[in-house]
Amino acid sequence: MDFLAYFGDVFTPINFGLLLIGTVGGLLLGATPGLSPTMAVALLIPFTFKLEPAQGLILLGAAYTSTVAGGAVSAILLKIPGAPANIATTLDGHTMAKKGQGARALQLSFLASAVGGVFGVFLLIFLTPVLAQWALAFGPSHLFWLAILGVTVIGTLDSSSVVKGLLSGCIGLWLATVGFDDIMGAQRFIFHDAVSGGINVIPALIGLFAIPQVIGMFANGRRSLDAEILTVEPHPISKAFGEVFSRLRALSIGTITGSIIGLIPGVGGQIAGLVAYDQSKKMSPERDKFGTGHSEGVIAAESANNAMVGPSLVPLLTLSIPGSPTAAVLLGGLLIHGIFPGSDLFDNHPDVAWTFINSMLIGQILMCIFGLYVAGLAARVAQVPNAVMAAVVLGLAVFGSYSVQHSMGDVYVMAALGTGMYFLERFGFSAAPLVLGLILGPIAEANFVQGSMIANATSSIGSYFFTGPLNLALIAIVVASIGYSVWLELRQRRHTAKDEAVAKKEAIS
Amino acid sequence: MKNLIASAATALTALAGGAMADDNYPERPIMLMVSYGAGGATDFQARIVTMTAGNEDALGMPIAIINKPGAGGRVGWNWFAGQAESDGYTLGAYNIPHFIAQSIEGGVSYSADSFEPIANWGADPAVFVVAADSEFNSMNDVVDYAAANPGKLTFSGAGLFVGHHIAALQLEKAAGVKLAYIPNNQGGAGAMKAVIAGEVLGGVNNLSDAFRAREAGNVKILGVFDLERNDFLPDVPTLMEQGFDIDNSSVNFRGVMVPKGTPQPIIDKLAEVVPTMFANGRVASKMKAGGSPMHIMTRDEVIEMWMAREAALKELLAGL
Repeated sequence: MDFLAYFGDVFTPINFGLLLIGTVGGLLLGATPGLSPTMAVALLIPFTFKLEPAQGLILLGAAYTSTVAGGAVSAILLKIPGAPANIATTLDGHTMAKKGQGARALQLSFLASAVGGVFGVFLLIFLTPVLAQWALAFGPSHLFWLAILGVTVIGTLDSSSVVKGLLSGCIGLWLATVGFDDIMGAQRFIFHDAVSGGINVIPALIGLFAIPQVIGMFANGRRSLDAEILTVEPHPISKAFGEVFSRLRALSIGTITGSIIGLIPGVGGQIAGLVAYDQSKKMSPERDKFGTGHSEGVIAAESANNAMVGPSLVPLLTLSIPGSPTAAVLLGGLLIHGIFPGSDLFDNHPDVAWTFINSMLIGQILMCIFGLYVAGLAARVAQVPNAVMAAVVLGLAVFGSYSVQHSMGDVYVMAALGTGMYFLERFGFSAAPLVLGLILGPIAEANFVQGSMIANATSSIGSYFFTGPLNLALIAIVVASIGYSVWLELRQRRHTAKDEAVAKKEAIS
Repeated sequence: MKNLIASAATALTALAGGAMADDNYPERPIMLMVSYGAGGATDFQARIVTMTAGNEDALGMPIAIINKPGAGGRVGWNWFAGQAESDGYTLGAYNIPHFIAQSIEGGVSYSADSFEPIANWGADPAVFVVAADSEFNSMNDVVDYAAANPGKLTFSGAGLFVGHHIAALQLEKAAGVKLAYIPNNQGGAGAMKAVIAGEVLGGVNNLSDAFRAREAGNVKILGVFDLERNDFLPDVPTLMEQGFDIDNSSVNFRGVMVPKGTPQPIIDKLAEVVPTMFANGRVASKMKAGGSPMHIMTRDEVIEMWMAREAALKELLAGL
């Protein structure tokens, strides 16, 4: 209960002011396409030079939590996921916004984020020592199987058929091999300087999601301009509360999946949202509604990606190992003030550690209040005429891709992938499995190579990858996941394949 | 005659231009390219050592950090050699031995000749770490195990053709044993995790990170790959003291450089001012707080160090 003793520190005028600045600023930065949570936190580090350690961390902690949630704003309203964490949010959230229910989607996403986020921080407060051991339990072979588990999700994710889902996943896996490989430094598919560092995930995300809809808007041209005068339905906040808590299944699946995946170093928040979305889809009796603006989709995705924030800091705070890029930036923020995170952090600097954690807790709630307040206003974006919208989205896409590493090459990559995706979408392929392949490819590959190097030196590849309780458990889940997808596909093939294809066609044209 | 006038005119403008650049430089903020991601050790240190650049007694203009990560630094250095403007407003951070080893290995469009060093700020030696509960207590224990089990001693490092890999090659050569070096795709942090989690028997890692991990009670540090003991770890012997003929070739030197073709007056001005900027008291205290060893070297010293390193690495990597 130590954390209660330091709660007062959060509410001193300066600290609370920093918390407010961090939260509101974080939401705005998070809502800007291309500014991932990692970038946002890195940008704030210089501002902490002149602050006390605890104050600096309040600013960084608040910014971290709210940029993750802020990414949902551009995902829902513009269909540009701010970071990989928000990919799953676009699937139902943007469909809702197009129906004029943007306010509802935003309110649901902020509430679900807050619930997931608070749960994640509580895990960090109460279970840190236990979780630290769990984080270390995942070696190369386990991470490899985990990535394969992610690949099995590809088939069922937002596609008109399993085959097309798998095909787009394969395109993603192929794109992931472009560039110097992570371990050996071999050059693969480098036909232009712009891709020598591989395909950066953020420009790829922006291109794959935003560009097809921009081209679509231009292609539709003026003819739809007059027809589509959208009324944005106001949505009372009390109703959103009721809805989030009546969707307990999605909320708990999202929160728990996010917490568990967030804990594993190296995999982190990138896939938490997608896996949670897929799991709640598979377990929902209304799974057909997913992808058509269903509230469970938004709730599962957003509760998962904020639930991962707390646990993702466990390896950093207890073992001094940053488990995610953002955690690495936070480590820099701690070191600058001469604070070494480690198992004795809570004994040596309890004021700093607990104030930081408490500020993330309060930050979640502030983020939710502020988010709910602006949701109604922000949703009006959907009323902007298509011609203007297309220009704005295109501008933001170019700006976002460029800002990641100040490279025009990333803009070309974004444009090329986006144009390709426009044609793929017309044939019923979708962007989400492709991006998942792009993210999981390097994780699966690097861990397989490392695992087999260790295996060759010590035992054999077979016993390294196929023995041990954790390996076997993960393999069992992989088999179950594939089996369930196949079963669903067989059962539903006759009824849905045709309907869905028609619906997709209508949605595109 | 015409030619003479023309060349005289060119010379004059060049002189004038040079003089002007010298007087007014820098007129706008300067950018420092770091070829590793935000939050890594190089990025973190670059942000600290450049924080006083805006002071009147330093450059008088702030330095902004631009990250161009990818492929162990190759992306950033390729960009710096090929596309960066040589106008003095684009600086780059170098990591020795990384970029020299990569240029010897091939497949990149830079070498030590593509860059002009300005000054060195830090030297982070590689150390050998094992988990806190490991049975190894000295480098001799490690080498004895490797001799008894050839090729079975697994140990992690940050990647191929970086300081850690060089240290691993030196250890193999000096001890005459075969080891299993496992490069990690997540840099020093990932390699350290592999050691703490027991995925590998040991690891080569950065002194600064190992120092923190030892403070946290997670690892033992068995040896320093440097010529002398380090101030942060006065109790840890060097490899040389433990009977292995290993010099400081793997020490990770970090500093500032500019692309070839940058006007000489600007290089001279930077070479004069930047080392004093690194020597600033505030910089030193922040670096010490972060556990990052400083080692300030002037341009002339760095030129010499680069040449020595290139020769040593060519010999070491020749057999690969």
